[in-house]
Amino acid sequence: MSTLHTVNKSPFERNSLDTCLSLAGNGSTVLLIEDGVAGALKNTTATQSISDAMGKGVKFAVLGEDLSARGLPADRIIDGISVVDYTGFVQLAADHDNVQSWL
Amino acid sequence: MKFAIQINEGPFTHQAADTAYQFTKAALENGHEIFRVFFYHDGVNNGTMYGVPPVDDRNVSALWSELAEKHDLDLVVCVAAAQRRGIMDADEAKRHGKGASNIAPKFRISGLGQLIEAGIQADRLLVFGD
Amino acid sequence: MSVTKKFVYINRKAPYGTVYALESLEVVLIGAAFEQEVQLVFVDDGVYQLTKGQSTEGVGMKNFSKTYAALGDYDVNQIYVDEQSLKERGLSMDDLQALTYEDEDDDWAEKSSMQLVNREQLAALIGDADVLLNF
Repeated sequence: MSTLHTVNKSPFERNSLDTCLSLAGNGSTVLLIEDGVAGALKNTTATQSISDAMGKGVKFAVLGEDLSARGLPADRIIDGISVVDYTGFVQLAADHDNVQSWL
Repeated sequence: MKFAIQINEGPFTHQAADTAYQFTKAALENGHEIFRVFFYHDGVNNGTMYGVPPVDDRNVSALWSELAEKHDLDLVVCVAAAQRRGIMDADEAKRHGKGASNIAPKFRISGLGQLIEAGIQADRLLVFGD
Repeated sequence: MSVTKKFVYINRKAPYGTVYALESLEVVLIGAAFEQEVQLVFVDDGVYQLTKGQSTEGVGMKNFSKTYAALGDYDVNQIYVDEQSLKERGLSMDDLQALTYEDEDDDWAEKSSMQLVNREQLAALIGDADVLLNF
């Protein structure tokens, strides 16, 4: 079983990303949406925990529309995080066995 | 694939309903089926027909109504959550002695069992909230 | 209904400050009638939902904490509490209500519905779910 985790809160405001990363395992994907996209940027206090999770085999994606809306450039995101659109979000949901939203 | 959508927040304060709308639209455009959209918690406020946002902003409730019209979506507002928050169809308004209904076109009011059924019937259930 | 799915409710919010805990419980109670497998997870601030001795007269809100004790009667008896969340908040299982059920396969013996889980066990619960309901 593989899970798509969505995180919609900034890691600088809530612990959603922390809890998510403590539970996301090999083969699962974490998709950052809404205010959660802030966690995708390089050189933040959240960057290391994302890199560590990548090392465990967790994949990462970020919703491009939410990055753009917030003026956060896609060329500043952590290497290895893929940028998807809403169709990509749908595809991720279809490709995993279940979806956990870290509200 | 058959998706079910749960929306926990109303329009405007949170992005949840917008994200759910964009997801639903993209899913339909890519040939997927939406079994049901279930509005819970403050999400029931998406079902009001009385929202009049400024003309240069999107009208989230109207967008749902239009999408439902186009794709024959099942938009279900939870009755218990709706009663707390004053969202009513004609029957509910009559039963509770209220002057008028305020439910938007293509939305219907029903019970929480509809959410559980959506979880059973759909291949994937996604929750959008705060 | 022929299909049986595993419904896992992930509760991460404290009661009273927001409505999520109360309305999540309402889903659980309705959902119990559908004869699906049901598991409740309390993680992060969700652990505050189960504290003993809640008294809401002062805030003027409905005290729904007693409803948790009735879950066993609805055959909802797989309740998982995240150990790390308790620790972070200076709480232990002793601070929580003891939720029980009567086991019909064991002469209606009263048994605990609650299980303390670590993050590895919690990850497995999420991974095995068919439907994840997030509150």
